[in-house]
Amino acid sequence: MESIKDKVAIIGMGCTRFGERWDAGVEDLLVEAAYEAFEDAGVAPKDMQAAWLGTVFSGISAMTLSPLGLQFIPITRVENMCATGSEALRGAAYAVAAGVCDMALAIGVEKLKDSGLTGVRGPAVVGDNPDGSACIGSGYSAPASFAYLGTRYFHHYGIDRDEGKELLAKIAVKNHQHGSLDPKAHFHNVITVEQAVKAPIVAWPLGLFDCCGVSDGAAAAIVVRADRAKNFRSDPIYIKGMAISAGARQGSMRPAYDYVHIDENVFAGQQAYAQAGVKDPRKEISCAEVHDCFSTNELIAYEDLGFSRRGGAKEDINAGAFTLQGDLPINTDGGLKCFGHPLGASGLRMLYEMYKQLQGKAGPRQVKNPRLALTHNLGGNAGAGIGCVVIVGNELK
Amino acid sequence: MIGITSVGAYIPRYRLSGEEIGRMWRTRRKGEKAVAGYDEDTVTMSVAAALECMKGLSAPEALYYATTTAPYKEKQAASIVAGACDLVKTCRTADFTNTLRAGTTALLAAVDAVKAGASSAIVTASDCRLGAPMGRFESALGDAACAIMIGSTDVLARIEGSYSVYREFSDVWRTSKDNFLQSGEGRFVDEMGYSPAMREALSDMMKKYSLGPADFAKVVFYAPDARRHASIAKGLGFDKAQVQDSMYDAIGNTGAAAALIMLVAALEEASPGDRILFAGYGDGCDVLILRVEKRPSGRSMKERLAKKVNIGYGSYLLWRELLEVEPPSLPERPAPSLSSRWRMRDTISSLYGFKCRKCGTPQLHPLGQIVRVCVECQAKDDFERYKFSDKTGKLFTYAIDMLQPTKNPPGLNGVIDFDGGGRMLCELTDYDLEKAQVGLPVQMTFRRMSQERGIINYFWKAKPIE
Repeated sequence: MESIKDKVAIIGMGCTRFGERWDAGVEDLLVEAAYEAFEDAGVAPKDMQAAWLGTVFSGISAMTLSPLGLQFIPITRVENMCATGSEALRGAAYAVAAGVCDMALAIGVEKLKDSGLTGVRGPAVVGDNPDGSACIGSGYSAPASFAYLGTRYFHHYGIDRDEGKELLAKIAVKNHQHGSLDPKAHFHNVITVEQAVKAPIVAWPLGLFDCCGVSDGAAAAIVVRADRAKNFRSDPIYIKGMAISAGARQGSMRPAYDYVHIDENVFAGQQAYAQAGVKDPRKEISCAEVHDCFSTNELIAYEDLGFSRRGGAKEDINAGAFTLQGDLPINTDGGLKCFGHPLGASGLRMLYEMYKQLQGKAGPRQVKNPRLALTHNLGGNAGAGIGCVVIVGNELK
Repeated sequence: MIGITSVGAYIPRYRLSGEEIGRMWRTRRKGEKAVAGYDEDTVTMSVAAALECMKGLSAPEALYYATTTAPYKEKQAASIVAGACDLVKTCRTADFTNTLRAGTTALLAAVDAVKAGASSAIVTASDCRLGAPMGRFESALGDAACAIMIGSTDVLARIEGSYSVYREFSDVWRTSKDNFLQSGEGRFVDEMGYSPAMREALSDMMKKYSLGPADFAKVVFYAPDARRHASIAKGLGFDKAQVQDSMYDAIGNTGAAAALIMLVAALEEASPGDRILFAGYGDGCDVLILRVEKRPSGRSMKERLAKKVNIGYGSYLLWRELLEVEPPSLPERPAPSLSSRWRMRDTISSLYGFKCRKCGTPQLHPLGQIVRVCVECQAKDDFERYKFSDKTGKLFTYAIDMLQPTKNPPGLNGVIDFDGGGRMLCELTDYDLEKAQVGLPVQMTFRRMSQERGIINYFWKAKPIE
C-alpha cells in the first residue's frame, strides 16, 4: 500500500464566517467558501474537473452543489457525521492522487440554524433507524454521550469533581481566547475559568462552555497533484498523511471498552503518522486542530493523538502547553467550541486554519515557524465513532 | 387443592401528599397517594408486580390483566405484560376491565382456569385513575399494581369458597371521553350503592358457609374510602384488629388493585390456619374465603412502602399530562416504525440480545438492530437468544443530562455493564441523583418511553437496586 504523502497539494482555500448566519442560505455559504478558494488559488470554477461535497443535513446528492453552477462535472455528496468535511477532502485528494483528475474541489457545508431548534438533530439517539424512525427510542443527548468520557476519565484517574470541572474549563478558556482573535469565528468573547465552571450544566460534567457552537458555515479546498502545485502559487501546502477509521459500535457493546480513550482516534492517528513519517507527534507537529465538539473530546484527543501521555493531559493543560504560547498550540482559531461547528464544514474549516498557519498568514494567531500541522475529526461519539486525521506540511520532500 | 401460590406487588415510589394538594387549592386534604412515575402506567406496573410474583416459579399458563385504566381502548394489554414477562406463546391472555371489580373477577377466572386443568394462572391488578383537579377524588385515588398466582401445588392460601353477585348501579363511572372519574351524589351512592351491596355480600357469604365474624382472622375488602371501610366492618361485627388496613392513607384508593393489594399484605402478615374473608366491589361483589397454609417469603408491604419520594403538584400535573407545557426547543424524537419494532419484538418486549455460540459473548446492539456478526469474534449468524431483562448490572459511566426527554428532569443515562457480560447504553429511572456514581448497581425495568401517533413505545430502562 502506497502512502498519500506528498502526492497531493492544496492550492486554495476558503471559509465563510461561521455563526448564526440568518443572512445566508446554503447557496450563499457554498458560494462564499468556494469563490474565496477559487480566488485564493487564482483559478476559475471551470477549472474544476470534479467535486466532493460534504453535508450531513443540508442537502442530498450532487444537486446540493448546484448554486456554484459547475458545468456537468462529476460531483459526489459524502457524509460521515462530524468527519464529513474531512471525508470530502479525502475523496478529492484520492482522485487527484489516482491521476483521474488534475484539479478537484472539496467543499463542506452545514446550515443548522434554519431548523428553528437549539440543538442538532443527531445520530445520538439510541434506537434510531437509518430512515430516521425510532425503533427502541431510549434518549440520551449528544452532550451526554461525551459526558460519559468525562465521568469515566475523572473516575479512572482519581480526579475529583472540582478539579475535573476546572480541567475542562481550561480547555474552553483556551479555545475562547484563540477564537477571539479570529474574525470568522462564531464567538469572540473571552471567558474565565470561573465562568466556565459556574456555567449551567448541559450534561454533567459538561457545562455550557464545554459544548461547541451550533453554527452555519462552509469551507472549501482546491487540490491538485503535488508536482503541479507551484504552477499555481509559491506557498502551497502538501498532504502528508490522511487516515480514517470507522468503528462498528464496539465500544457501545463491549464492556472491555474503557471510555478514557477512543479507538477510532488512535487508529486514524497511527496510520496518518506512519504515512507522514511522524515518530514523535508532540515534537514534530507544529500546531493542530482537534475535534472539541465537547471539551472532554479535546482532552481525550490529546492522549489519543500522542500529544500527551495516557493520563497526562492534566499536566499539559495546567502547563498551558496547548495555548498559542505553548509548545503545541491546539485549536488556534477557537476550535469547534468557539469557531463553531457546522458539521459538514468543520473538517475543512480546521484545514483552512492549518493552511493559513503553514503559510504564515494566521495574523495574531500565528504559530512560530510551523512545518507540520494536523487536523482531527470524530464523527459519532465515544464507543461508536469515526476518527479522521489529516496531516499537512509546507515543504515538499 | 387450589389456591394462591405466590404474590407480588408494585407500589410506585412517588407520593403526592394531601398537604401538597391542599396547598394548591387551599383546602384540607389528609394522607398521601402513590403516583406512577411519568414513564409508568398500568402495564408497566403490572409487569413489575408479575415479575416479582413469578420469581422462581414455573411460568403460568394464563395471564389475566385487570384494571379500569388500560392504556389502549382497543389492543390487549395482557399480551404486552405477558411479552415483557417472557411467557410462552401459548399462555392464555385476557384483559378484565371497565369495573373496579375486575381484579377479583380475574382472580375467580384464574381459579376456574386452574380447576379446568391449567397448572397455574397469574392475575395482575392495577390502576392509575385520575380525579379531576380540585375535586374530591384528586387526593383519594392512588396508583399501584399487584399480582397473584393461582395454582394447585405448594399453595400459600387455599380457596375454600367463592360467591359473586352483580348489581347494576351507577356510583362511579367514566365514559370513553372522560379523563376523570365521575360520580353520583355522595350519600346516595353510599347509602343505596356501596354500603348495602358490600354488607349483604359479606353476610350472605358467611351465611352460605355457616361462618361468623369470629371464624375469620382477617376481613379484607374494598371500600371507596377509609371511613366506609371502617363502618362496614364494624356494622358486620368485626373487631378492629380483624380488619386489614386499607392503606388508603399511604397510597390512596388504587381502584381495581385495591382489594388485592390489601390481600397481598394480609397474606404477608398471616399465620398458617388463618381464615380470611375477602371481597372485591364494583357493579356487584366477588367474595372469597381463603385458608392460609403458609406465609409468602420475600418483601413485605411495609418494605415496599418504605422507599418513597414526595413530589410537587407541578410534577404531578406534568406526569399525568394535565398541563400543556412549552415543547422543548430540541429536535423531536422520531416516530416509531412499526415494522422495525416488529422485527425487534424480542428485544423490545423482554430485552433479548444475542450470545455468540463461538466465543460466548452476550451482546445487545445499541440501535436495536439484530446482531448478525459477533462484536467480539466476528462469527456470522451463530447466536443463541440471550435475555438481559432479568440481569443486574453496574453503571460504568453516566451523564446527568439536562436534554434527555424526561418529565422528571434532569435525566440520567449511561452505560450499563451487565453481570455475566454485555453492555447497554440506556436511560435510568427512579434514581436519586445524588447517588449517581460509577459502579452503581442497577436492574432493568419495563417502562413507557414515548407515545407517538397513538402508539405507546415500551422499552427497558435501568434503575438503581434498592
